[in-house]
Amino acid sequence: MSKEMVDLPPKGGFSFDLCRRNDMLAKKGAKPPSFRKTGTTIVGLIFQDGVILGADTRATEGPIVCDKNCEKIHYMAPNIYCCGAGTAADTEAVTDMVSSQLQLHRYHTGRESRVVTALTLLKRHLFNYQGHVQAALVLGGVDFTGPHLHTIYPHGSTDTLPFATMGSGSLAAMSVFESKFREGLTRDEGIQLVAEAICSGIFNDLGSGSNVDICVITKGHKEYLRNHLLPNPRTYVSEKGYPFPKKTEVLLTKITPLKQKVEIIEAGDAMEE
Amino acid sequence: MGEARPSPDPTRASLAAQAVGQFSMFVEITIYVEGVLPSVAVCSYGSTLRYKTIERIKPIGKHSLLGASGEISDFQEILRYLDELILYDNMWDDGNSLGPKELHNYLTRVMYNRRNKFNPLWNSLVLGGVKNGQKYLGMVSMIGVSFEENHVATGFGNHLARPILRDEWNENLSFEDAVKLLEKCMRVLLYRDRSPVNKLQIVKITEEGTTNFPPYSLKTFWGFESYENPTVGEEGLW
Repeated sequence: MSKEMVDLPPKGGFSFDLCRRNDMLAKKGAKPPSFRKTGTTIVGLIFQDGVILGADTRATEGPIVCDKNCEKIHYMAPNIYCCGAGTAADTEAVTDMVSSQLQLHRYHTGRESRVVTALTLLKRHLFNYQGHVQAALVLGGVDFTGPHLHTIYPHGSTDTLPFATMGSGSLAAMSVFESKFREGLTRDEGIQLVAEAICSGIFNDLGSGSNVDICVITKGHKEYLRNHLLPNPRTYVSEKGYPFPKKTEVLLTKITPLKQKVEIIEAGDAMEE
Repeated sequence: MGEARPSPDPTRASLAAQAVGQFSMFVEITIYVEGVLPSVAVCSYGSTLRYKTIERIKPIGKHSLLGASGEISDFQEILRYLDELILYDNMWDDGNSLGPKELHNYLTRVMYNRRNKFNPLWNSLVLGGVKNGQKYLGMVSMIGVSFEENHVATGFGNHLARPILRDEWNENLSFEDAVKLLEKCMRVLLYRDRSPVNKLQIVKITEEGTTNFPPYSLKTFWGFESYENPTVGEEGLW
């Protein structure tokens, strides 16, 4: 390697230097670490006053459920929330980053953030990384132009829709939406429909499960209903209770005062510096 | 279908599903007296919708209906096997006839055997019928997975239609309700799967026999306001 290559500062974006090594290792049988994915059902729909977003709460690491009650509805702005599916780190980082960019933009302009601003920031970032940042998002919010709902795919394309689903449970949830959605739903009907769609994902898809989170955004007001529905409670709790005592038992109490430690300072020379 | 690689070995020819049948999303329900199957009446060749008047549900014997998705030529082969089976059974002339359970078992064995020889019949089969008052509905997949359920679907129907069926099926559906439920499922599939055409064929089987209904189309709704002008307020958004 020439000295110049070592001295150059790293440019932005991904560095694919280790890809060849990883391929070689994979061929020799070394498995790469698995990602924590939020195999997910996330949905959004527009109702008459605003937007309702819904998500399940299971995060999976391969075949294991690593978080039974994670939060998939991320805060972007006081009037904009974003649900994320795909690799958990990617969705969290991307939504965090865009959220802080939006905050700076709000300070700069002095106005409420628009949903399209968030959309464009996310879209540009994801396209830049050509799909390697695996975040599939459902972005919803209400700004002064009205309620908006968008989906953003990992490669950077977006859709503007009245109802949207993403994630592994998207087909199950979409079947509920396609058969029951109509325009001009009231808030309660909307929440009910979103909860039904998420439950359909929870019960028919293995990557989604646990509870239902819902976020209702209207003009000037938002409501984050964390764990709105808990359709998977622990059903078996032993009636007999557990026979062992809840604290450790005290067998003996004996107090031994600590001996004072006496330091002998030698009246010698100060330490050499 | 059509991700199979062409293979030079003639015994493994069935792995090269080039002349393709079609992913059906057809769905079936067993209900109170009858059994109902709808299916989409199209056979495609790759992504071309080549034959638009294909019947993919056939009556077998006196008591059952067989529907298939996947490779149409394999389906026709299966029909030939079943023809032979029914013929031999009739020749015994003992008043007994093969019911849906027996046919289901036979098909499971056939599919599994072919899979073991690495030469599968590239179909997902749905078999339903009524014999002596007993309703039966089962499915056999290309690799021999078979089970009996109250509602089955093949292909995309598994993801889109079964959630709806799981929620809304109950034992006491009347024929009209069942058809409505199936139409609901088929509508969702029509919206969300790229292969079907809007041409639905329903077949009903009861103790008395099969009734074929002529193919018809579903009404679809595309008039959402948000579809009219999606970029309102954000001109230039894509």
